[in-house]
Amino acid sequence: MIVPIPVADYRPNAMFTLLHYPFIQNAFMAGSLVAIVAGVLGYFLILRGLTFAGHALSSIGFAGAAGAVLLGIPPVYGLLAFTMGASLFISSSSGEARGRDIAIGVIMTFALGLGVLFLSLYHGFAEQAYSILFGSIVGISRGDLSLATVLAVGILVVLASLGRPLLFSTFDPDGAEARGLPVRLLGMVYLILVALAVSLAMQLVGVLLVFGLLVGPPATAIRLVGRPSHAIIVSVGLGLAYTWAGILLAAWSGWPVSFLITAISFGLYLPVRLRGSRRSRCRMGAARALPSVRTASSRCSQQVIDDHTD
Amino acid sequence: MPEPIILIEKAGVRLGGVPVIQDVSLSIDAGEFISILGPNGAGKTTLLKLLLGLIRPDTGRVRVLDRAPRRGLAEVGYVPQRRVLDIELALRARDLVGFGLDGHRWGIGLPDRGRNVMIEQALEEVDALQLADAPVGQLSGGEQQRLLLAQALLSGPRLLLLDEPLANLDPAHQHEAVALIERVRRVHGVTVLLVSHDINPLLPVTDRVVYLAGGHCAIGSPQQVITGPTLSMLYGAPVEVVHIKGRYFVIGVEV
Repeated sequence: MIVPIPVADYRPNAMFTLLHYPFIQNAFMAGSLVAIVAGVLGYFLILRGLTFAGHALSSIGFAGAAGAVLLGIPPVYGLLAFTMGASLFISSSSGEARGRDIAIGVIMTFALGLGVLFLSLYHGFAEQAYSILFGSIVGISRGDLSLATVLAVGILVVLASLGRPLLFSTFDPDGAEARGLPVRLLGMVYLILVALAVSLAMQLVGVLLVFGLLVGPPATAIRLVGRPSHAIIVSVGLGLAYTWAGILLAAWSGWPVSFLITAISFGLYLPVRLRGSRRSRCRMGAARALPSVRTASSRCSQQVIDDHTD
Repeated sequence: MPEPIILIEKAGVRLGGVPVIQDVSLSIDAGEFISILGPNGAGKTTLLKLLLGLIRPDTGRVRVLDRAPRRGLAEVGYVPQRRVLDIELALRARDLVGFGLDGHRWGIGLPDRGRNVMIEQALEEVDALQLADAPVGQLSGGEQQRLLLAQALLSGPRLLLLDEPLANLDPAHQHEAVALIERVRRVHGVTVLLVSHDINPLLPVTDRVVYLAGGHCAIGSPQQVITGPTLSMLYGAPVEVVHIKGRYFVIGVEV
């Protein structure tokens, strides 16, 4: 006997009815805010080889928030203190990437250790820890949102005013330094912006999603387009799309938002990455012979031409 | 008599307590093509950084364009020793070159037709216009070097400092690069200081050579400087120079 499944009939409608609820609207607003800021900051994070530092900042922020809860003060203070401190440390220990990553690793594990300590000292903390780690995007108030909007706009304004020098020193630090740019100071200001953004976003979406949105969308974007301005726009666009799709799917399926957003991000990155590594192998030969040998009829040289005329 | 574009008087530099350059004096006129030679660690890059104002002399005096050297002068173009440009670098050649035009200006740049024209002119001057939209990370070392030269040209320099632009190039490409640099020098009337390991590819174009060794330096025409007695004095060890078929070979030390 076949039992009709009524669920399938009304669920899509229910999904759109859900959009009328304020908590879902707030989740959309907050998620979009984080996606925009993370999409821009993450582009530089990846190109500066600071992916691990971004991960560390999110984890260190967790320890800070846990400490603040233990002390009975708002978590945002702990977040800011820990992430700011860590970003100053990371930018002062610049130089060789490997040495920097080792230092970050040691600091990060200590911070996570502190988090565990705070967790054991604070009775009944487990639920708080869960919400910091994995976010409570559906539990955001209008007040949280307006504060976050102000901060996000501030971060974007500072980032825009750093603009070209930040881009120059990201791609070509030696050239930028010879041109008289304060390369180290730029790096430090940039990391402070990341610390601010991580602290802001963790309150809204949790550690996992902060890091996911900082890395996933720009990682895919830089493999899709070459021009920096376009890559940043694509990165923001992807972040927004992942977030919206994730929230809608979560509302529909009841699965965790963080899982859905990170799964979408991974699902898009994987084919782009696989396509990219195949293409760069054949492009190595083709790009060298530009442009006269481009007429070769192989599929990959056609792709090179497409890419170059974006 | 015009003021020399570079004047160094008895300059000495210590890095980490170790003397790298001692008592170096030289005077270079506008428009000259100068090759800087010497073994590894003799202070060739240090000399360029001194001229760029990235390090200060511990003793003596350095003047560039009749001023104390200062970081970030538009009149001084610098192409560092082959920078590591990542294979995955998501940047087009024209973006990299464009940094020379406005990479130091605050704020974000808006699309600008005039800017594109200037960038393409600079690319054309280094025979790289066809690479304009190629991803930088996938170009060869020689091609990247040409882009960096175009980048340096966009600031309108009077002095070009090129650190080992011929390293990692085969003889044919070395010849091509030297011809290109010489053309740029003539067209723009710039003074060129070029660091190299080997004088031979530069012989057709170089006016004088600066030979650094043992912290000291000799300056003069290749015939004057690349001789057994001069180099033996600089190295403090017996050195012989063989001059065959218009090429120099230095024997007795690792150069």
